[in-house]
Amino acid sequence: MSLLEVKNLLVRVEEREILHGLSLTVNKGEVHAIMGPNGSGKSTLSHVIAGKPGYEVTGGEILFEGEDLLEMAPDERAAKGVFLAFQYPVEIPGVATMTFLRTALNAQRKARGESEFSTPDFLKKVRAVAASLNIPQDMLRRGVNVGFSGGEKKRNEILQMALFEPSLCILDEMDSGLDIDALRVAADGVNALRSPDRAMVVITHYQRLLNYIVPDFVHVMSKGRVVKSGGKELALELEASGYTQFEDAA
Amino acid sequence: MNVVLAKTETGRALSDIFAIAGDRLPGVGKVADIRRQAFEAYERVGLPHRRIEDWKYTDLRVLMREVLPLAAPPDAAALARAGTALKPHTIKGVRRLVLVDGVFAAKLSETADLEKGLGIRTLREVLEAGDTSLHAQLFAPDNSDSMVALNSAMMTDGLVIEVADGAVLTQPLHIVHIASGAAPSAMFTRSLLKLGKAASATLVESYIAANGAKAYQVHDSLVVSIGDGARLDHVRLIEDSREAFNISSSVVTLGAHAHLNTFGMTSGSSASRYQAVIAFAGEGSRVETNGVNLLNGRQHADTTLFLDHAVPNCASREIFRAVVDDRGHSVFQGRIVVRPKAQKTDAKMMTRALLLSDEAEADNKPELEIFADDVTCGHGATTGALDESLLFYLRARGLSEKAAQALLIQAFVGEAIESIASDALRELAISAAQRWLAARG
Repeated sequence: MSLLEVKNLLVRVEEREILHGLSLTVNKGEVHAIMGPNGSGKSTLSHVIAGKPGYEVTGGEILFEGEDLLEMAPDERAAKGVFLAFQYPVEIPGVATMTFLRTALNAQRKARGESEFSTPDFLKKVRAVAASLNIPQDMLRRGVNVGFSGGEKKRNEILQMALFEPSLCILDEMDSGLDIDALRVAADGVNALRSPDRAMVVITHYQRLLNYIVPDFVHVMSKGRVVKSGGKELALELEASGYTQFEDAA
Repeated sequence: MNVVLAKTETGRALSDIFAIAGDRLPGVGKVADIRRQAFEAYERVGLPHRRIEDWKYTDLRVLMREVLPLAAPPDAAALARAGTALKPHTIKGVRRLVLVDGVFAAKLSETADLEKGLGIRTLREVLEAGDTSLHAQLFAPDNSDSMVALNSAMMTDGLVIEVADGAVLTQPLHIVHIASGAAPSAMFTRSLLKLGKAASATLVESYIAANGAKAYQVHDSLVVSIGDGARLDHVRLIEDSREAFNISSSVVTLGAHAHLNTFGMTSGSSASRYQAVIAFAGEGSRVETNGVNLLNGRQHADTTLFLDHAVPNCASREIFRAVVDDRGHSVFQGRIVVRPKAQKTDAKMMTRALLLSDEAEADNKPELEIFADDVTCGHGATTGALDESLLFYLRARGLSEKAAQALLIQAFVGEAIESIASDALRELAISAAQRWLAARG
């Protein structure tokens, strides 16, 4: 059974169809890159998989480990192992990062029928992960993402990914707003989480990110569907020729 | 015809109550005269209603409809129920002073081994002893507000606390008002806190009910004077039963270079009104007055503050947060008066309301009356819903809808709670907020 199966997905936002019959299959251990021009529906796909309100699915289905993902609330999806690293992580003033991380982790564990982490065990785990991502302790005491730089926000997303240990990670435009050094740190964090038990879907506009996170498969999206799939060399091809050819093909 | 008759009945019943209660109301001679005048002042107006500007949003004729008969003094069973109700509200390291059904309960209170410079008496003792030295302060609240007048007429007991010049109390004082729930009734209390020069104290007031308490009414007032260079930290938590009414008034006067840090949170009662007059009488003083309303169901809570900048060089800060769910109704009225001589006044007021349902209501009424020309004054008010993008972020991380809301609500009220200076008191307010959130499910 595939980890994620998106079949012929039709999605509308306020009467406008954004995804017109998109299909995608992702197996454990694989890293997929989804590339495409602005407005091709890449972020819509990530939002619909995570369960963001405001999208109307008018056709097709999404199966996660064979179960109907669209029937699940966003928090159920998270507990099942779906993780979306946001393109623009929100700032939550007044909620300390540490409190947020513990509440989220324990909510997921509880939903899965696992025991909650004790405070010392939790702190130990967070500190270890934070150290590996160069996240200072001081950041964990601040409000979630409040006053964080672009790079810090992305590292905070990866910290959560490492902590929650999801089986499906969707990285939405992880490279946006990052300089080359910040990008390398973030990519190293992601690469450390590659595993035979985990799949990743890397959504990006630019090929640059894929120099650091090398995908097994590359899909090109245009106008709401996948128009071409191939190996990692497809990304290089796109870098040379651009998206224009696919806009015509779609 | 029936309606008119019913009104007459209620009016007569209350007059009878005042007459009948006569021998239960401490104080003779001048005190009895003051009570009678106060009662007459109350009778002229009756329960405040929406045509009285100050009570515009809290029409007691609609919400409360009548004043219930005076509560009977608690018997052994009532005290036992009160004792049980007290347990979850016990705070370590504080001196507890308990009023049950409007009567001081010595057995539930701690009055032995007072710190040096601390004097505690009951209102009943003070009024019965004919000690007139405190009358000016005890009767400082005038009869212009009919609910204050009613309180002056009917008050049965309370605490009279005096802190000597220079005494810095290390142990907070905790006045707990408990309704034993014996029968639908009203309790009338008044307390006085007098802080001498350079004195310092912490006062917590809690309003709670025994299990199964039905409709009851709390009519309370607090008179505070803070001497020159003195400091008071004050927290009040209204966790009355959902069928109760709580009408409380405070009159606070600050001397020079004095400091008041006060926080109030209302998460209980069916309808409540907290009205405070805080007056600067000496220069160089500072007040932080912050509050939170946490309301759901059909709860109504009104906080009405009046800051009187009568002298120069004083600062005041007001932060108020309301969280309103279902058909709850939150009211915040903040009046700041800067009198002509009060130059260099620095007064700021910020109120924010969070509406969790379409039928929730929050009324904010800021009123600034500035008669001096060299001042810094400002106010702001916002009303809104929980941010959908924040809710989705939390839910995408595994929090249920209620849990995500709870975390954001705690953050929203956090700024007001953070202003509480003492760690222990802040924890107390946080746990009261958590009880409200937990009851929400």
